Amino acid sequence: MPEAQLASRVDGSRLTVALAGMWTAETAGDLEPQVASLIAEGGSPQSVLLDFSRVQRLDTLGGTLVRGIEMAFGARGIPIERSGLSKAAATIYGEIAEGLSEPAPAPAKAKPAIVQALDKVGEQMVDAGRDLVALVSFFGEVVAAAGSLFTGVGRFRLAAVVTQLDRVAFRAVPIMALITFLIGGIIAQQGIFFFRDFGADTYVVDLVSILTLREIGVLIVSIMVAGRTGSAFTAEIGSMKMREEIDALKVMGLNPVEVLVLPRLTALVIGLPLLTFIGNISAIMGGAMVAQFYGQIPIDIFFTRMQEEVSQRHIWVGLFKAPFMALIIGLVACIEGMRVKGSAESLGQQTTASVVKAIFLVIVLDGIFAILFASLGY
Amino acid sequence: MGEYETGDVIISVRDVAIGFGERMIIDGLDLDVHAGEVLGVVGGSGTGKSVLTRCIIGLVPKRRGKITVFDQDLDGLTRAEHKAIERRWGVLFQHGALFSSLTVKQNIQVPLREYLKLSEPLMDEIARLKIAMVGLKADAADKYPSELSGGMIKRAALARALALDPEIVFLDEPTSGLDPIGAEEFDTLIRTLRDTLGLTVYMVTHDLDSLARICDRIAALAEGKVIATGTMEDMLRHPHPWLKQYFGGERARAARVKA
Repeated sequence: MPEAQLASRVDGSRLTVALAGMWTAETAGDLEPQVASLIAEGGSPQSVLLDFSRVQRLDTLGGTLVRGIEMAFGARGIPIERSGLSKAAATIYGEIAEGLSEPAPAPAKAKPAIVQALDKVGEQMVDAGRDLVALVSFFGEVVAAAGSLFTGVGRFRLAAVVTQLDRVAFRAVPIMALITFLIGGIIAQQGIFFFRDFGADTYVVDLVSILTLREIGVLIVSIMVAGRTGSAFTAEIGSMKMREEIDALKVMGLNPVEVLVLPRLTALVIGLPLLTFIGNISAIMGGAMVAQFYGQIPIDIFFTRMQEEVSQRHIWVGLFKAPFMALIIGLVACIEGMRVKGSAESLGQQTTASVVKAIFLVIVLDGIFAILFASLGY
Repeated sequence: MGEYETGDVIISVRDVAIGFGERMIIDGLDLDVHAGEVLGVVGGSGTGKSVLTRCIIGLVPKRRGKITVFDQDLDGLTRAEHKAIERRWGVLFQHGALFSSLTVKQNIQVPLREYLKLSEPLMDEIARLKIAMVGLKADAADKYPSELSGGMIKRAALARALALDPEIVFLDEPTSGLDPIGAEEFDTLIRTLRDTLGLTVYMVTHDLDSLARICDRIAALAEGKVIATGTMEDMLRHPHPWLKQYFGGERARAARVKA
């Protein structure tokens, strides 16, 4: 370990500071408190002499420390002399003095905490309002881009849609089926457990079917898609934005909304109802399985009762909601992707924002639909 | 930690081979870097200049051979020893590789925080000094990399590479993407820093102006080996066809007129 020393002695009215050893990055951490105490205890001598003669090596970190001593005594109006600087050390020291010749810029004054808090609240309100406007305006762009397909200006990109459909829907089937199967099973188990007290075990069929078809199927699938696909869309478009690929599309005369957003949205709008349908089947299968083994309701009884009691409209209520969920998830994901700025941190922030906002909006939308269908008596 | 006299061998590469899959990029390469010199490494695209650099700094594994830095064989080192060597060199990546979520000042302070125990004001002071030394304005300290121009990013990245006062700096195409004025300033900057801080500079470059203006020695890579080392004059006299084309072409002649 390299070593460095700092010693000071008073000759009459002069303070001599003797530096020795390696004044480098390695020793800067040990030297700093010594320098601080020298400055604090140095008092006000007539003059200060910095003796460099035993310094083996001086680098910019050590030099900055030495300059701190000079500045501190200089500020008290005490003249400072240097002696024994080697040629190399003198060059570095000159460089340091020049580099730090300008005074440090004063840090910006911090506002009081209460003002900052209010500031923040106000900013977030404004941001929320802007988000809504941006969402609507982006939706407009998408509609315009979709319209351009029919006027012959734009081009329908079938290959891109199929690729996206593969990623969004087909590859998501196993995980969606698994999750909804488990959820269906859990609902059935809870239903049987509590209905048993009333001797109403068979009502679990109504519970599982109606709840799944109307609400749970589409909601679970939408939330999963927001997490799985929405985040991927944001990250893809965001990193394209970071690397100026979006700008490259623009200057080639291509509309990024048409090229990137439209195929993704189309794939989602087609894929999410399909996934919901699969999810519905899978959840009911899960329910039927639990009913068979936990509730001793044979599967054929389960399905017979389902056919008798559960109206087909419940299926349509659930599936009707799916494309709207898809639209919301896709729009939020793409708009957040477009908002990514230069940094990796911003990519992370926007991806998080995309998933959080999409899930929030999906649930709000589901609530609105629930009110709507209830008042329509459907 | 010994001081190296100018001219001592500070990096020595012996019989190194690097390959990916079936393909050998570098095969049986020898190279010495002397303390206090500016070494320019040239070579056509795909000859492994960057791969060699990345191998020396430990980012790419080698198939065989020996690399010695500061007289220590890089293969036989413990983690702690390797770390101790890493803090004695600084690397400027081609595109700067500044951490995009940190300001310039915070970028420069990353190695300081990681390796040293210094107070906040002292670290600010050091960052301010490094920023001034690489020729950036003081107000660049609180900017994020996305707010900087290409030249400023290179300077900021150099400031970060120099944060711990390394003995060697590796520069990967430091002047690429800079305008001629910026490139010339950067060359001058590297030379000044070399003279004041006693740095050893290992520079991968295609910039013939830089090669002519600041490199003490040039090493040319081709066919997986160093085919020639020496001064600009040695390169010009060398009979190898690639070197003849590289240093005898139209652009080279234009650069030499200026130099």
